[in-house]
Amino acid sequence: MSGGARQPARPAAQGGSPGVADLIGRKQVVICAGSGGVGKTTTSAAIATGMADRGLKAAVLTIDPARRLANSLGLTELGNEEARVELDSSSGELWAMMLDAKRTFDDLVDTYAPDEQTRNAVLANPIYKQLSNAVAGSQEYMAMEKLHELHQEGRYDLLVLDTPPSRNALDFLEAPRRLSRFIDSRSLRFFQSTSKVGFGLVGRGTGMLFSVMQRATGVDLLRDLSEFFNAFGSMTDGFADRARRVEALLGDSRTTFLLVTSPREASIQEAEWFAKRLREEDLPFGGVIVNRVRSSIATRPSPQLDSELTGLLGDKLGAKVARTLGEQVALAEVDAHNMSDLKRRLGRKPTIAVPEMPGDVHDIEGLRALNKHLF
Amino acid sequence: MAGVLDRRLVFVTGKGGVGKTTVAAALGLASANRGRRTVIAEVAEQERVTGIFGKPAAGYHETEVAERLSAFSLNPEDAKQEWLRDQLRSDRLAGMLNQSRIFSYLTAAAPGLDELVTLGKVWEMAQMERRKKSDRPYDTCVVDAPATGHGVAMLRSPRTYAEIARVGPVAKHAGYFDQFIRDGRSTAVVAVALAEEMPVNETVDLQERLDREVGVKLAAVLVNAVLPERYSNEEAEQLEGVDSRSPATGGKGGPATREAVATALAAHRRAREQRSQVARLRRSLDAPVLTLPFLLSPEVGLDGLETLAAELERKL
Repeated sequence: MSGGARQPARPAAQGGSPGVADLIGRKQVVICAGSGGVGKTTTSAAIATGMADRGLKAAVLTIDPARRLANSLGLTELGNEEARVELDSSSGELWAMMLDAKRTFDDLVDTYAPDEQTRNAVLANPIYKQLSNAVAGSQEYMAMEKLHELHQEGRYDLLVLDTPPSRNALDFLEAPRRLSRFIDSRSLRFFQSTSKVGFGLVGRGTGMLFSVMQRATGVDLLRDLSEFFNAFGSMTDGFADRARRVEALLGDSRTTFLLVTSPREASIQEAEWFAKRLREEDLPFGGVIVNRVRSSIATRPSPQLDSELTGLLGDKLGAKVARTLGEQVALAEVDAHNMSDLKRRLGRKPTIAVPEMPGDVHDIEGLRALNKHLF
Repeated sequence: MAGVLDRRLVFVTGKGGVGKTTVAAALGLASANRGRRTVIAEVAEQERVTGIFGKPAAGYHETEVAERLSAFSLNPEDAKQEWLRDQLRSDRLAGMLNQSRIFSYLTAAAPGLDELVTLGKVWEMAQMERRKKSDRPYDTCVVDAPATGHGVAMLRSPRTYAEIARVGPVAKHAGYFDQFIRDGRSTAVVAVALAEEMPVNETVDLQERLDREVGVKLAAVLVNAVLPERYSNEEAEQLEGVDSRSPATGGKGGPATREAVATALAAHRRAREQRSQVARLRRSLDAPVLTLPFLLSPEVGLDGLETLAAELERKL
């Protein structure tokens, strides 16, 4: 934490808006979504901390190749199990979990495999190994899966999910569907039919398709796929059923999506697009959190101010200060303009502006300072 | 080892929100300014580069945006179809696969396939001889790649496929890509960062993961949006003197002056914090760490891009 003032002024754009506790209400699941680099992880951790400070037993879940939550919580170790985070003078409890996508996938296979042999065959299959390790897709799928599991267990008052960092914020909605289509029973039947009668000896239509696929991809790949689907076969129904329940949780009345963004043009564009998708999917959209809004500055550059500054500080330093002021005023105005633009484009959803904090937020103290603006 | 701007494939990654697209565009412009025919490839269906150059969006078409400089927006779907047509040497067979629901399910979720075909396409654009004779060759292809984790996954995808498809066309091509991206004469992997705690941590992490999972070293780290060092320590002390004393306790200046000074001091503290983060990056990384100036304009236009490109040409 840098040595600057701890509490910057609230940005003008915030005036009278609700706090994040109002946005959450009595919901049990909060999904923080948004494009990369807008502060999702920090916001998720801050929300869970703030709700714990309000007496709830709250858990925050993140996926973390870069150990981002550990960073935000000042923790060094997080595993696939929730760990309690010590909070001073808090009436509730804060728990945190860094999700291991591969282990979650393996655990699912464990759950749904009918016998030891099938389980081992799946876990050893090269396609499965890549699938469960793949960054794109599996992480998002498994994040939803773990969220569902924890919600079922009902040990927490509130679950906050920090969605995985992806190029486009939509991935975590689509990837689970793509993945469940991949393991869906139609693909399965196709490969079962090919492997039963051997490569090349299948029915005319399928055989043709198969031989073209073989030409495009190579026979090994197809053989591995075929083995994968055969081993996976007995588990498909379990997985499909599970995927449906996970998807149902997203649209549940106990769930709310909070869109996290920044006042920069590119993030606003993404946020607008994402809000549109939430509406199209009929998902519960609770509101918007805009991070790192530059605080408004009342003083405007003027010849009179210039002369006061040079009088006080000398020509050189006075001119520098005037220049800095001019730049900062312009930047704050851009943010204020973008804030109102964002509100308009997102259909006037409840919006919370969080000012740019002096220094990075990476411990409980910092999260609580942030919460003065979030709550 | 060749300089970053002398390599055929320049892969730009880094934490989300650090300005990868802007820096990739500036790298492309710097490369073109040096006389190299250059294409900037955006992945994952994003298309912002043409807009920065004031051109209409062109999608999956190489489109000229400046002298010697083209832009291209790559989506995995089109790349996959192109790859299929090329593999099967038949539009009819490629069409047949594309219409097959089974095939589309498989390829939509097959682990790492999108990354592999994307990488294959940028590799193809970086070759002296293009696959289609009618396509123009480039000296350099700059890739605006996905953020850290997904970026590493993309660079790793050839190895992934070499492991699951041991023989056959996929395995063969994956081998070519892997060799090319790991050859420091052909490919540079560049990280964009901000001078802040978390982006710095993620960059250090990226260096380690690239080394371990892909077997490549970072060619350079470009720290974006670095604030000017405008005030000396003495000047900052002088400002603190004004800031800390209210008029009632003998401080000088009215409220406007005091807010101006406070604003200047806050900017100074941010710049100072940034300097210590840049120093931390330099201590933690083997790769050269270069800084790019903060641009005051709300949106990056051509002017801003020229400023960044000039810096890059000077420093790389």
